[in-house]
Amino acid sequence: MNSAALFLTVFVACAVEAVEALTIILAAGLTREWRSTFQGMAVALVVLAIVVAAVGPALTLFPLWVLRLLVGALLAVFGIMWLRKAILRASGYKGLHDEAGIYERQVAAARAASAGGRFGVRDWYAFTLSFKGVLLEGLEVVFIAITFGDNQGNLGLAALAAAAAVLVIAGVGIAARAPLARVPENAMKFAVGVMLTSFGTFWGAEGAGVHWPGTDAALLVIIPAIAIVCLAYTALLRRTRATIQADVPPQAAAASSAEPAPAGATLPTTTGPTTTGPTTSPTAEPAAGSLTSEEMPR
Amino acid sequence: MSRWLRSFGAFWYDFVIGDDWRGAAVVVLALALTALLVHAAGVNAWWLLPVGVIVALGWSLRHAIKES
Repeated sequence: MNSAALFLTVFVACAVEAVEALTIILAAGLTREWRSTFQGMAVALVVLAIVVAAVGPALTLFPLWVLRLLVGALLAVFGIMWLRKAILRASGYKGLHDEAGIYERQVAAARAASAGGRFGVRDWYAFTLSFKGVLLEGLEVVFIAITFGDNQGNLGLAALAAAAAVLVIAGVGIAARAPLARVPENAMKFAVGVMLTSFGTFWGAEGAGVHWPGTDAALLVIIPAIAIVCLAYTALLRRTRATIQADVPPQAAAASSAEPAPAGATLPTTTGPTTTGPTTSPTAEPAAGSLTSEEMPR
Repeated sequence: MSRWLRSFGAFWYDFVIGDDWRGAAVVVLALALTALLVHAAGVNAWWLLPVGVIVALGWSLRHAIKES
């Protein structure tokens, strides 16, 4: 993996996480209180810094094969989960990851939650919402940057890519003051899922003692092979769904459909500008107390 | 304390395993089998993990569709 590929992979992966964290921060800050939101964010960043300080040096204590085995397994599992979601969304079985919709649900939940402070924090709800969102997303950013950087022997570049992604998304978010709903998140998630799964497979197998044919060049086969299989899964699922819908009366199909006619679900064509208009209005969605499992970051 | 430990465990389970345990189970099994083949049988089983990953993804997707 050359430097450009390492930078790009880490940047895109971290940008996806940053978009999700931004959505949660905006929902907490705009509807509750900015001070408590920033306090939650700051505490989460301190926890993340402690994790980096503890995990970074600890990684050097492990033999390379152990590191590759563990990291490879985790990356492969992460990648499979990302691909699972991306394929289900692209084939219409799951609603597209709609940042505006998630934001509106968060806003409704934040407005419905009772006010009150604890431990010197004025608004505990805003604090915990912000803390959880930043910590969960940040852990993934840290994990991806450390594992890719460490395995490629270029931790500095991986950290730079992660920081650049967070700064770019934060900058765009501050400028837009709204969730970045037009980011082609599903296509990004698909691409990153392919990379995570491919590198996880490569490093995990190496850690288990395998010698890849062609050594590093094997990645040039693994990455496109996994991408092709995922596209095939997507096509198969779309066809299956279309067949099922054709057999079901229109009213029943409309009622049971997770996402009507997912035109934007096409993986390679979900492109668009990176900002969106404001979506700060209250919503008719039921006020959920927390993120759903679908909306929880991974 | 036990409540905190449960929450801590749930957090890490959700972070690492996620929505479906099938992916993690197949990856761990495929890695264990690969290591066994390489070190015990002397077989360079480079093909096993890619196959395992593809099977795991397919299995997980099939389960998700059935649920939906």
